Amino acid sequence: MPPNIIHILIYIINYQKISGQMFLKFMTYLNMEEKLSNAIADLMLRAETDLPIDVENALKEAAKTEEGIAKLQLMNILKNIEISRNELRPMCQDTGTPTFFIEVGADFPYRKIIKDAIINGVKKATDKIPLRPNAVDILTGKNSGDNTGKHVPFIHWKIVEGNECIITAMPKGGGSENVSALKMMNPGDGIEGAKKFVLFSVIDAGGKPCPPTVVGVGIGGGADIAMELAKESLLRKVGERNEDEEIASMEEELLDEINSTGIGPMGLGGKTTALDVHIEIAHRHPASFPVAVAMQCWANRRKTIKIDEEGRIWNID
Amino acid sequence: MEYRLSLPVDDEEILKIKAGDIIYLNGKVATLRDEGHKRAIEGTEQPINFSEVAVYHCGPIVKKEENEWHIIAAGPTTSMRMEMFEYDFIKKFNTKIIIGKGGMGKRTAEACKKFKAVYAAFTGGAAVLAAKLLHLKDVFWLDLGMPEGLWLFEAEQFGPLVVTIDAHGNNLTEDIKNRAQKIAKEKGLV
Repeated sequence: MPPNIIHILIYIINYQKISGQMFLKFMTYLNMEEKLSNAIADLMLRAETDLPIDVENALKEAAKTEEGIAKLQLMNILKNIEISRNELRPMCQDTGTPTFFIEVGADFPYRKIIKDAIINGVKKATDKIPLRPNAVDILTGKNSGDNTGKHVPFIHWKIVEGNECIITAMPKGGGSENVSALKMMNPGDGIEGAKKFVLFSVIDAGGKPCPPTVVGVGIGGGADIAMELAKESLLRKVGERNEDEEIASMEEELLDEINSTGIGPMGLGGKTTALDVHIEIAHRHPASFPVAVAMQCWANRRKTIKIDEEGRIWNID
Repeated sequence: MEYRLSLPVDDEEILKIKAGDIIYLNGKVATLRDEGHKRAIEGTEQPINFSEVAVYHCGPIVKKEENEWHIIAAGPTTSMRMEMFEYDFIKKFNTKIIIGKGGMGKRTAEACKKFKAVYAAFTGGAAVLAAKLLHLKDVFWLDLGMPEGLWLFEAEQFGPLVVTIDAHGNNLTEDIKNRAQKIAKEKGLV
């Protein structure tokens, strides 16, 4: 009988004195791309169908305070997310641009396969869930059909200490993305100017981003850093305050001011225009004062997995 | 006030409706987004009778299983993107009902007053709810891609839809936005 792969492997293990441990590690590595891409597809499914509990609770609290058309909008949302969870159907037809925030441990053994696993995971998710194909060629207008393309999925990378990897999916809808705003203010305008710009941006957005929104703000850095900070701040839970007391108080103040405008759910009038405001800051150039606003619609979708050095995967949201 | 309408509707029914009213629709509803509006206005192709359907700003998720399309989610998209097209569309086709989310602007309100039409909003993101009220009948212009294609539905009590623009010149979302700006200015916040 001609030798097959099993015979060869047994020979290698027994006669080349490679330990069982190492063999297992080798096989795990071979399977890891498949395992991780499946986990990414599953992560997408959970993100699209299961609204985080902190968001749902905030919406329920808001519904208690509203009446008439405003209450109707929130009750529709709550009804919708329940059906979505029970039937495993994406809560919104805009399943968003697949967006990932990754903290890779410097010693994470599978760092080389993460990107491909994400790309393949997104393709699988597009096919299975299904996701709406949301990647369009900028020149030809042609939809790629599988949510991949130039720089898509959006991936934000961070290298951290350790041997684990944490991946958060935050599918981002077009409606909320389209009301992102950036202003390179004068240092003379200061923090007060920054707050005015945030409020102006929220009013200008009106009902377009499907309020009640979570408003992310980045102040300082450069233009791109401010926008990155604003986007990242959306990963925080509703009700989570900035560690700095002064910034935390600014967040609460801005939230009150935004809600006093009366724009309300879906811009149809009401007390709840935003569920929360999250501000992140950075040091700035002496001559610059960037302020960026990024908004999340009520469908504030986010889910997180952790992969350890053995390749085991947990949901940690 | 609440109205249950059967498409196609006539001017008399349109004139009864006021901004702030709630309507429910029965009958043919067709999705049309940015590319669809452009093609309808600039071309001569009219795969369905645009004057008899309600136009719905929506890019649904649809899945094909064994040669049959199944609708997974079909909530509204931001209507303001279609503001640049809607006056010309309503003028050309005499469409009576436009549905979307987030409201529309001055030009569309002008068209609704001049040509007797209304705009109404479905709760943004309530995509699974919407899918349960819309039964997929046909699709056209799929070369534009799934989100931009013309999906034809038979609506069954599709609603509650909040009318934000009526045929009398009222525009609810514009009023709310203006009021918000006024409040912010008075408080010195902007």
